[in-house]
Amino acid sequence: MTGPVLRVENLRVQLPNRRGILTAIDNVSFAIEPGEVLGIVGESGAGKSLTGAAIIGLLEPPLRVAGGRISLAGRRIDNLPDGAMRRIRGREISAIFQDPLTSLNPLYTVGRQLVETIRTHLDLPPAAARERALSLLREVGIAGGDQRIDHYPHQFSGGMRQRIVIALAIAANPRLIIADEPTTALDVSIQAQIIALLKRLSRDHGTAIMLITHDMGVIAETAHRVAVMYAGRIVEIGKVREIVGNPRHPYTRGLMGSIPRIGGARGRLRQVEGAMPRLNEIPPGCPFNPRCPEAFDGCRQRRPELMPTGSGSAACWLYDKSAASMAAVADG
Amino acid sequence: MAEPGPLLRIDNLHRHFDVSPPAFERLLRGKPRALLKAVNGVSFSIGRGETFALVGESGCGKSTIARLVVGLYRPTAGHVLFDGRELSRRDGRRDAALLRGRLQMIFQDPFASLNPRWRVRSIIAEPLRTQRLVAGNAALRERVAELLSQVHLSPADGDKFPHEFSGGQRQRISIARALASNPEFLVCDEPTSALDVSIQSQILNLMKDLQRQLGLTYLFISHNLAVIYQMADHVGVMYLGRLVEIATAERLFATPRHPYTRLLLDTIPSIETIGRDRPSVAGEMPNPIDPPPGCGFHPRCPFANDRCRHERPEPVDDGGTLVACHAVEEGRLAGRPIQRTG
Repeated sequence: MTGPVLRVENLRVQLPNRRGILTAIDNVSFAIEPGEVLGIVGESGAGKSLTGAAIIGLLEPPLRVAGGRISLAGRRIDNLPDGAMRRIRGREISAIFQDPLTSLNPLYTVGRQLVETIRTHLDLPPAAARERALSLLREVGIAGGDQRIDHYPHQFSGGMRQRIVIALAIAANPRLIIADEPTTALDVSIQAQIIALLKRLSRDHGTAIMLITHDMGVIAETAHRVAVMYAGRIVEIGKVREIVGNPRHPYTRGLMGSIPRIGGARGRLRQVEGAMPRLNEIPPGCPFNPRCPEAFDGCRQRRPELMPTGSGSAACWLYDKSAASMAAVADG
Repeated sequence: MAEPGPLLRIDNLHRHFDVSPPAFERLLRGKPRALLKAVNGVSFSIGRGETFALVGESGCGKSTIARLVVGLYRPTAGHVLFDGRELSRRDGRRDAALLRGRLQMIFQDPFASLNPRWRVRSIIAEPLRTQRLVAGNAALRERVAELLSQVHLSPADGDKFPHEFSGGQRQRISIARALASNPEFLVCDEPTSALDVSIQSQILNLMKDLQRQLGLTYLFISHNLAVIYQMADHVGVMYLGRLVEIATAERLFATPRHPYTRLLLDTIPSIETIGRDRPSVAGEMPNPIDPPPGCGFHPRCPFANDRCRHERPEPVDDGGTLVACHAVEEGRLAGRPIQRTG
């Protein structure tokens, strides 16, 4: 055991503005092991993408890391100077974003972009870099790489472009890939292909993957563990089977219940009333308390930290072991 | 109300777009004209009070049909009949304009479809004003307040601007605006695709309630089969500008016939299938400007044979399901195991 690839401890990201300081990410901690896929799920504005951006050092100012620490393979990276971080980006951590068209330069052939990326991070002569580019295209399932390598991004379909983005991301054999909604812009039958590819990469190379998505179906099929985010915090984290099959936090339960499913009754869907609060309107206590069907007085006053629930943990007073009666409510 | 016949009938509808390169380039480089057949001979009908869903991947032509129905596009050929009367005729436009008051549309993006400079009250009142549906300011206010409460917003929200609302609330505003002219028929083009799941269920439930209260008929367009399962009475599956299968929702989800429908059902990421390795399906939708000959799906179809590569299948009734597939028609698919999820 060499320890986790990524460890995030008490991460806090803040956004100073004229009226004060807004906390966008509040006390987020998790770790990802080699070869593990950690799903980060939540609704828009929950802070999933910001967490990814903070790790890779691409927060847009005035957003800034205001506390906590981020370590990659045991080495602290959140306080590195820009130059050192630039060497880590692409080499040790790489990213895949939602829209493959904006991740690729439309003016250069995919081969040129691949070779440039490879030579930036690996010490290879041009011919060897091109060989590696061809093998990367093969690895991500692009047929006829010999010709396709000299094509421009617009000559590829959406699914093929996302494969190229993945080829760029794995060009330097990174330890960690941050995939931010990698399948959201794609049609379902193409989504399936990209997910299969990501799973194979993490299995074959031991790459750790942080998979950010709002699609619980994608998470269920791909991730080993899941962190559920709400209003900038992790409200529940655990094994995918636990979170999907037996969600503990009332928010996770509401989220799982409101996903339309095929099969079963076609009646009204379960709905979570209200909407996630804006950053400047996060209520005191538990951020979910105004929407929570099980909220009681304590939830409005004290903020719950993650508490153990079986194999995972949930930030909910229902699982407070010091109040045994509450635990009984949760099990019932 | 109980007139016979469907409320909307679409008959052999075509819409082609000219996507040729500029004339100069055609002349200089000898490039041919190019025609994108976005909708290529589609027929179906929707009964009163029903929800008919169109499903398919991007570029299959489902949104073009929505736009043809509400008159944002004119058909290249074919007919759109609303309550037995032609909506798509070039002459008799007044007639069509009158009919259109009975038809409204809800768009996908609640951020783009509301004027950011107008107060919500004015946005909802616009159809009431232009169609002179209420007389006097007091009546107008009252009607707007009524519409707002119908979509579970407060009448006081009328004074706010769209940016003060979340995505789900904005979609409620769009629905209130669509309901303003007392329509019988709503075209909903991906109404919840831009929303988060917990908000999506709020909007879908609201749409179901409104349908029951007001007797609305929906043409519901979505790429999400689970949403369609929850909403639709009938489903049409589109591929490359054609309908490949039409069936009731129960039949379509219980016994999908067309290989493309099966592929769609097999590839949905589902929370019931933890850690599943999906059936890997090769290929993507071909370029609609240059569709393959014969059946449009044959390059991706595991059951394709020579006939599929040359002859286009027409929709045939197969025990209540209309399906356009040679393999189904010839019984080549009978007895084949259908890999189903869920």
